[in-house]
Amino acid sequence: MVIREKKKLTPHGIILIVISVLFVLLMLVFPLVSVITNSLKKGFDFYIKSLSTEYVLSALRVTIIATVIAVVVNTFFGLMAGWLITKFNFKGKQILATLIDIPFSVSPVIAGLAYIMMFGRLGWASPIIDSINEMFGTDIQIVFAIPGVVLATIFVTFPFISREIIPVLNTQGKDEEEAAALMGAKGFTIFRRVTFPHIKWATIYGVILCTARALGEFGAVNALSKTRGETFTLPLEIDALYLAGSADSITAAFSVSSILVIIAVIVLILRNRFEHRELKQKEQV
Amino acid sequence: MKKKKARQRRVIPGFSLSMGVTITLLSLIILIPLASILVYSLKLKPAEFIKVITDEAVLWSFATSILCALIAAIINCIFGTMLAWVLVRYDFPGKQILDGLIEIPFTLPTAVAGITLSKMYSTTGEIGKPLSKLGIEVSYTHLGLIVALIFVGIPFVVRAIQPVLQKFDVQYEEAAQMLGASPIRTFMKVIFPELRPAMLTGFGLAFARGIGEYGSVIYISGNNAKEHTQVVSYIIMQKLNYLDYGSATAIALVMLIISFLLLLFVNIVQVKQSRRTNNV
Repeated sequence: MVIREKKKLTPHGIILIVISVLFVLLMLVFPLVSVITNSLKKGFDFYIKSLSTEYVLSALRVTIIATVIAVVVNTFFGLMAGWLITKFNFKGKQILATLIDIPFSVSPVIAGLAYIMMFGRLGWASPIIDSINEMFGTDIQIVFAIPGVVLATIFVTFPFISREIIPVLNTQGKDEEEAAALMGAKGFTIFRRVTFPHIKWATIYGVILCTARALGEFGAVNALSKTRGETFTLPLEIDALYLAGSADSITAAFSVSSILVIIAVIVLILRNRFEHRELKQKEQV
Repeated sequence: MKKKKARQRRVIPGFSLSMGVTITLLSLIILIPLASILVYSLKLKPAEFIKVITDEAVLWSFATSILCALIAAIINCIFGTMLAWVLVRYDFPGKQILDGLIEIPFTLPTAVAGITLSKMYSTTGEIGKPLSKLGIEVSYTHLGLIVALIFVGIPFVVRAIQPVLQKFDVQYEEAAQMLGASPIRTFMKVIFPELRPAMLTGFGLAFARGIGEYGSVIYISGNNAKEHTQVVSYIIMQKLNYLDYGSATAIALVMLIISFLLLLFVNIVQVKQSRRTNNV
């Protein structure tokens, strides 16, 4: 850490601060507030009523299922990938790290399309699914069904947790694990006792971000989910309400949005908290 | 035998397990599905492919997506650098809160951002109304698209620049100032060259995100073919809804290539940057 005196506030410093604060208020905070005011436009009763329709409740259920599965899968993946990339040297490590980051730069709509091209009627994997269904007498559907929604959610949030863990593990190095291994500790014990304490906050941090992103995923899910009240997630329900176009349904769209806004604000507060914890932890080390 | 030897060199256990899990999940979730797009689009005849891509609406959508994302990314670079600067260099009440607020676009679902921005900037909205009196229309124009892309892109730039600025040693700046350089000159000659890789990374990420953005732009853009406000993601979705999978995959393939190039660019910048900071 470079220890540095903070600059005294100069006149142009104050101008910069004022411009920054105005930018953030106008561009970022105002939209957030606007959702809430719009949602309460028709009174509190209307607000509650528009949240308790069957469509919204079903969408809430689908959203929670997809989010929970995505977080579990991506946490598992993140820990494994973090361990692999930071504890070992092997050929193609840089390429692997780049491949993991693909979902950051691929349009979510393309993610949805990819699953349609794989599991859809024309997809090469659809005969495989069909034969599985025949063999076990099941009726598994991927595209335009809940599994597709879950897969799309996993796709878009795939790198979120590994990306939080990898930098922390990189700065920690691998000496402690090597020492533990040489002293005869087993793999899982090393992970639990030596590695995990270092990345505890980074993991929680990643889980929070992953949850937020999973709850709000729209593009990929939009391509893969077409039945309102069955496979729609909250963002899709918002889309349907908004596009219905009547003043009532637009207000209802904002009411549903307000739930996601409240979650977004909670996530922001938690993130801020954990960032502090992490800094403190670093200072202690 | 060879395998055993390799294992001996690695003191830490779990290589094969973590490698196996990482590769399997990566392939199943990301690589194989994306490869399916490639496989399907290779089935198209070259002439068909070119016909789809050179369709006027498609070409316009590429122009719209790329240009609007580019303009938004440039604006974000300017404001993002300023925000990072203010957050790192000055102490003021509420700084912690301001720092947290930067991430609103990361946590706010894109569809929610989309409908809100569209409403705010429409001619009856809180911001759109005064602007429309000045003759500026935002919603359902390219300007609206750019506003939405600034919204989604700003945290990428701020978060890319902040850590670099934090590590930056002020003594060079002080030296420049003592030698009589003006603040602007100091910034351009001393600070800017150091920040450039981080700015490029942030720019690349915001740009890549902007080109592929869907949820936050489709409401405010109006998706009008005549006004050329359709973005590429919207066109792909439209083709999907018409079950025109051939066209959808062809357009998606071109988008994928653009994203990969941008990702490569960001990675090269980052590798260069880490070499540079490690040398110091």
